[in-house]
Amino acid sequence: MSATKFIIRRNQYFDSVFLMGINKDLLSQSGVIQSAVLMGTQNNKKLLANINVKSTEIDQASANDLIVAVIAESEQFAEKALGNLDQLFEKVHTDSRQVQLRTFEDGLRARPDANLAVISVPGEFAAREAMKALENGLNVFIFSSNVSVEDELKLKEFARGKNLLVMGPDCGTSIIGGKGIGFANKVRSGPVGAIGPSGTGLQEFTCLIHHMGSGISHAIGTGTRDLKDAIGGITTLTALDMLEKDTATQIVAIISKPLDKKALTKLLARLENYTKPVVACFLGAFEKPSEEWKHLSFASTIDEAAERTIALSGSGSVEKIAAVDKSLIQHEADSHTDQQKYLRGLFAGGSFCYQSQQILLYSEIDLFSNEPLDGVNILSNPEKSVGNALIDMGDEYFTLGKPHPMIDGTMRSLRITQEASDPETAIILLDFILGFNASNDPVGEAIDSILSARQKAESQNRHLTFIASITGTEEDLQDITLQRKMLEDAQVIVTQSNCAAASLCAEILNAREKK
Amino acid sequence: MMNDAKKSILDQPIVAINLGLSQFAENLEDQDVEVAAVNWTPPAGGDEEMISLLDKLL
Repeated sequence: MSATKFIIRRNQYFDSVFLMGINKDLLSQSGVIQSAVLMGTQNNKKLLANINVKSTEIDQASANDLIVAVIAESEQFAEKALGNLDQLFEKVHTDSRQVQLRTFEDGLRARPDANLAVISVPGEFAAREAMKALENGLNVFIFSSNVSVEDELKLKEFARGKNLLVMGPDCGTSIIGGKGIGFANKVRSGPVGAIGPSGTGLQEFTCLIHHMGSGISHAIGTGTRDLKDAIGGITTLTALDMLEKDTATQIVAIISKPLDKKALTKLLARLENYTKPVVACFLGAFEKPSEEWKHLSFASTIDEAAERTIALSGSGSVEKIAAVDKSLIQHEADSHTDQQKYLRGLFAGGSFCYQSQQILLYSEIDLFSNEPLDGVNILSNPEKSVGNALIDMGDEYFTLGKPHPMIDGTMRSLRITQEASDPETAIILLDFILGFNASNDPVGEAIDSILSARQKAESQNRHLTFIASITGTEEDLQDITLQRKMLEDAQVIVTQSNCAAASLCAEILNAREKK
Repeated sequence: MMNDAKKSILDQPIVAINLGLSQFAENLEDQDVEVAAVNWTPPAGGDEEMISLLDKLL
């Protein structure tokens, strides 16, 4: 019978990524079934209650109190794991820095010339810090999620008239003047400006522009909800104004996840008299405007957006993107058993999950997803795939209290093993995202599960097709050549973009149908 | 020196205040961005009523 133990350490605050490092080490200890290492915020206390860790002491814990809970196979295992805690903190903490600044005001005193606040505090505190920054004339990048729509609107309306950007909340990436903020890739500087609520979509777009030989002036993340009607695209409109005036920017691309109709109408009205050419990619858009505006060019995919941008900007060359070997399609389709019918996509990038759905829908392939576009079936249990299933593993369902798959691939590796053991799985589609703040070795984290899944399937006379895209450049800290080689050595088909990978999946599934 | 509010952030070198994940500050520093890295902790122990009271007083 399992045993649950917890300890509370008063007034010891640590950030969430640091605590996830501790949690990972705790989980690897013998006899530990589940663990949680959290600050005592209201949201975190609810998470603990969900796994049946409850007590009045936990109820009384504050956001400054550290809570460590362990569910283990026995009391001894739980006690042993908690007993090792000091050692774990010592190990993980050795490279973290001691900083004396404690508040935004301290930061402002240290850097009175600051023009940007980068905010990644727990969501319930983020709006308060962001408003202080705006009131002091700073732009803000809010990585934190769990900020209310009302607070987001208040921040963006306040900033709109003051020539300040609110990038976020839930903003993963931006590049301002060549400097990457959050999850960004190292790309060449150049004439292309980009805007969008789609974090990984923006990363892929900036990398493709780099691979095509051109470069990025600025890439402005707006936060996931900016082009929803509740917000009305306020940051997108400010970013458009700024890029229009920016002398380094000659052309602008907008890369969006599914957006709302009224926000689209407002955006199109602004673009009608925009003075620079604009390429727009609205992933999963319910309908495309029927006519082309003078300066507006529509693209269905991120790849098409990059190609059109390059063609219109006159810099770089589309030819620089590696083409996919089409002879693979029939070969892979022929190598699956009759029972192997389905594609399973496991994504770290939410935009890639949407884009893949769109591409497969276009090929009339029946789909399930935990984040379905119109026309896609909802996957009732995100833990269990049925049919052709595309899973956004960065969705809150998977990431509450756990690291996002872009930071730590452990959760996705387990899912690769699960999907590969299903005799109906024919293709596993993956995305690997490099750049600042992403895992140091995303492919390395997945490769053992890919290799053992393939080995196991082959022992049962099944051939599994693995297809993966890598979003990154040769300038990124992770060695892209090595990342690619590890995949290729494991006979994974590697593409330079998610669009190319998803298109290949569609072609293999269709070739299978024709067998 | 205060930042120039009339200029957009696209026309100025970034000078940042980082509140939260220390990696974000470290990555900016690696790109030669000036950063004040704040070792942020929840105000008033995260007590919402107390925070609201503090905001009114200050």
